[in-house]
This record gives sequence, structure tokens and C-alpha cells, in this order.
Amino acid sequence: MRLSSGTKLLLPFLAVMTVFFMAPMCIALAYSFMQANPLGGVKPAFSLAGYLRFFYSPDLDGNMHWDMRYLQIIYSSTKMAVLATFICVLIGFPMAWFMATRPAQQRDFWMILVTIPFWTNLLIRTYAWILILRGNGIVNTGLEKAGLIDAPLDLLYTPFAVGLGLVYSYLPFMILPIYSSLERMDWRLVEAAQDLYATRLRILWHVVLPAAMPGLIGGVILVFIPTVGSFLAADLLGGGKQMMLGNLIENQFGMGRNWPFGAAISAILITFVMIGLILIARRGQGLKGVVG
Amino acid sequence: MIALMSDRLVIQSVTKFFGSAQNPVRAVDDLSLTVKENEFFTLLGPSGCGKTTLLRLVAGLESCDSGCILLDGADIAPLPANKRPVNTVFQSYALFPHMTVAENIGFGMRMQGKDPADIEKAANEVLDLMRMQGFGARYPSELSGGQQQRVALARALVNRPKILLLDESLSALDYKLRKEMQIELKRLQRETEITFIFVTHDQEEALSMSDRIAVMERGRIGQLGTPQEIYHRPVSRYVADFIGICNFVSAGSLGLAEDVHIGFRPEDATLLVRDGQKPETDGPVLGGRLHALSYHGAVTYYQVTLDSGETVTVADHEKLPVNVDDRVRVAVLPDMLIRCAP
Repeated sequence: MRLSSGTKLLLPFLAVMTVFFMAPMCIALAYSFMQANPLGGVKPAFSLAGYLRFFYSPDLDGNMHWDMRYLQIIYSSTKMAVLATFICVLIGFPMAWFMATRPAQQRDFWMILVTIPFWTNLLIRTYAWILILRGNGIVNTGLEKAGLIDAPLDLLYTPFAVGLGLVYSYLPFMILPIYSSLERMDWRLVEAAQDLYATRLRILWHVVLPAAMPGLIGGVILVFIPTVGSFLAADLLGGGKQMMLGNLIENQFGMGRNWPFGAAISAILITFVMIGLILIARRGQGLKGVVG
Repeated sequence: MIALMSDRLVIQSVTKFFGSAQNPVRAVDDLSLTVKENEFFTLLGPSGCGKTTLLRLVAGLESCDSGCILLDGADIAPLPANKRPVNTVFQSYALFPHMTVAENIGFGMRMQGKDPADIEKAANEVLDLMRMQGFGARYPSELSGGQQQRVALARALVNRPKILLLDESLSALDYKLRKEMQIELKRLQRETEITFIFVTHDQEEALSMSDRIAVMERGRIGQLGTPQEIYHRPVSRYVADFIGICNFVSAGSLGLAEDVHIGFRPEDATLLVRDGQKPETDGPVLGGRLHALSYHGAVTYYQVTLDSGETVTVADHEKLPVNVDDRVRVAVLPDMLIRCAP
């Protein structure tokens, strides 16, 4: 087979994509259709047990019954991820706006500040939040010293702490794409809207927001996907009291020793995220001239 | 200064600084002028002369450091841009890329809370006026530069502003389209009876379209007058040089004893190529040698190095029987001499 030069140039890219993205996905998908090995790993035999286990559970007689528990974990994880993404938008948009409206020579400084958290490990940064939130942590000690509270607040090991951890971890992924959209925005459009009787709020809604939309959509995707499958924040800051999808998957590959089940949950999560992305892309097509 | 009924816009001692506090630059320097109702008024000057800043001050996109701007007698200087009944056609057009042509045109009325049915009607009318019927559903990215220009004009005109401000609006168009739009703009101004303030660095454009022109020089007005006054009676060498070609020779070489700059336009002189040829008028005649000539179709320019060492340009409709380095004489029409303060 003869390949055109354009295709040949694409080969290294395709190789990287295959090794780093497609291969692990295919392995996970293949494992999800195999039998569990109680000692870890899989037995190379076809089985739908992983998927069945997600929706059904056996009773004492061995009959399978419809089981909502895992679906409920999907629901609560999604709820947490949606909430965290929404809060990231609320905080990230003004921050991106602030950065994009600084003089050009100051913007790099703010960029570095936003990316500093990446210089160290997420696990360590999440542990740091334990120190901040725990009973004798910085927040409680501070509030007590200020005389605002008598007894320490229960901050750690609450859904609040999990949400805070998620927002903290993924906020930069919201700020940076929105910032890059706003930075490229044509400010003359803002002047044109001003000239055409628009108030500040309406300029934000009718001109700035559409211009920021590609970045906003990118940010939502970049924040939502990792948060819906994250397990660190729920583990460390939620105290394991709240099971998220990521924890469930992590357990199956760890203590649960049920790799096919873990792989099946992953496959279900991927399917579910893909449907979401397709919906966003459809919506994006309606924003002609902005995304295109 | 009292604003008369026919005075649409009165700019009084307006100053605008740019730059740092240590090193301020006066973009507009204590400038005053009056624009009449239904006038096509042009601010003309090279880049950096403050003409665009002055326009932005009227639009409200910049704020004055001092002075006032009266629109129909009321000071609009304190008002923000969105509260001023003036609209701008931007140099870059600044059409909203995510809105259709109709949405772009309706934007101003929508922001003013007008009825959607009225907006649609007005948008269709203005599209008719622009000869852009049927373009309402398109997006700006689907239009040519000339069409985008028309939409930008329509978007401003549809609001029936008291003044339409045009910021170098034609400079992005190619030559032929620019000529067409010049005629189109004049027609629109006549039909809509809206006061136009037009900013340009193109002197030809200014001469052909304006009722009056203000030639700007470093934040001030160099000269304000009709195109004829500006062209034939420039008050300074700066204005004369900026508008068209102007030959300047020392008063001495014309046999005059005045202490002024003497200039004449290329078309206000004739080239005498034959020995003993009599000039048709009794103005000054200057001897020299033909340095170069360039043929421009309707007109040919002859560059002559005078015996005094100065170089002048003479225009003639005919291709004269003369070659480079031939001895020639330049006869200047005496009525057309331009006298400027030195």
C-alpha cells in the first residue's frame, strides 16, 4: 500500500495516539468482558459478569435482582461534578477576566500564579487541605481566635470538603481556557456594543460571553471529566464516607480484586461522558462563528 | 459661545492627554469647532494628528480631560458612550461575529428596548437603503469586505443618530470599491439628512465628499473651511503640503519682496517648451531644466529643476514635445499664487 506524504507525516502522531490513548482504552474494554481472577488480574474467558454486577445483585438463592446502588453512585458523582464545575465557572470566569484585562506585560505573572499549584503533586496538595480544614486546623483555630465560634466546625470529611477539594484541584483547568479566549477577544466589539447603547451587563452577556464560549466549553469539559472520575478528594477530604465513581473503580482494581467489574464501570463512565460531549458539540454547532 | 439652532455639535476647548503623568502627550489640544446640522464634516490629517481621538471623544469612547462637547446645546461630555445619541462606523467594522446581519443591525434598537416588530421593520428598511436586501440571515464571515462595510453603516444608521461618526471607514476597501462607497456615502447623507463626521487621512476623499474640512495638525486645527478654501487658500505650508501637491519657491525667485512662503499647484502653471513661446498670462516665468516626467493618463506631471535650484512640478493634460534635460520655462498663473505665513 502506498501512502501519500501527508499520511506519512501523520504516522508518528497516530502511533502516539495509539500507544497512549487507544491501547489502554481497548485493554480496559477487553478486560470488562472477562472473568475476574480472585488473586487479581483477569482470566482470559468471556463474561458479562462485570456489567451485570453494575445493574443487578444476587440474593441468597442466587437470583439476580435490579440494583440501584451503583447507579446512585453515578448520580451522586455526577451531581458533585456538576456542582464543582459550576462553581469553577463562577470563580474561574471573573479570574480569567481579571487576567485578560491586565496590561500585557503583567499577564504572564498571573499565568504563573495560576499554574504554580501544578509544580507539586496533587496528593500533597490535597493533604494540605486536611491540615487547613481539620478540627484544630487553620480555619477553625482562626475562627476561634477571632471569637466567631465556640467549638470547632465539622469541615473535614464532609461533602463540602470534597467539593472544595475538587474545585481547588481543577480550577486552573477552567481559568486557562477561558483566559485564552478572552485574551484573543476583539475589544473593539465591546466598544461597538457600548456605542450601540448596551450597558455593561448587556455587553457581558451579548458580546463577552459569546466570545469566551469556546474557552468556557473547553473549561467545562476539562473540569467535569476529571472531577466525575476523581477519587483523591473523596478519599482524603470526604473520609471515604462518600463514594464517588472514581473510588468505586479504584476499589475494584485494588482491594476489591474485581478487575472486570472496575473495567466495566470505566466503560460505562466513558460512554456516559461521550454522550455528554456529543451533546455539548451539538450545542456548540449552534454557536456559529464563535466556535467555528 | 452660544449654540445656534443650526449648530448640531459644538466642541469647546477640548483637551485630551495620553501617556504617563510624567510624559503626557496632548492628543487633542484645546480644540474648538462647530459642526452644523445636516453637514458632511471631515476631520483630515496624517496618522497621530488626533483626528480619531477627537471622534472617540464625541462618541464617548474616550473622556475629555477638559472642555465640553455640546450636542444640540446640551453638554454630553459627562455621558457614557451608551447614553449618547451618536453612532460610530468603526474602521474595522467591529461586526458581532456570532450574530446575523439582521441581529447586528437590530442590536442598537434592541438595547434601547424597542419593539421587536419595529426592529425588524427598521432593519429591512435600512437593508433596502443599503441595497443589501436578502442578506439579513447571513453571518458577517460570509460577507465580502464591501458588504461588511455596508452592514456596519446600516447598524449605525438604523438608530437614526443625531451624528454619524465614521472612523477611516473606507480605508480598508480597495480603490474601486472605495470610490463607489464615497458616492454611496454622499447619497446616504443626503437621503437620511443625518450629520456625518468623517475621519480620514485621504485628502482626495476629503475633498470630494465634504461640505467642510478641518485639517488637523498635532491635536489642533490647522485650517477649517470648504474643500475649495482648503485647496486654493491654504493658510499654512502644512495644510498646503497635506492637500494635493504644492510647489513652494522662495519669494525672491518670483521677483517678489514679501516675507512669505509662495506656492502654486501643478495645474496652476504651464510649461513653455519652445523658445520665444509667449505665456498666456502675465505672471512670473521661471527658467529651468526638465528633470523627469511621469504620465498618468488624464494628466502628465513634469518635474522641473529651476535655475534657482528649487524643484517644482507642473501638470498638463497634453503630452508635450519635450525630453528630459531640455531647457523649459514655467509660467505661473498670477491669481493662483498661494501666500502662507513662513
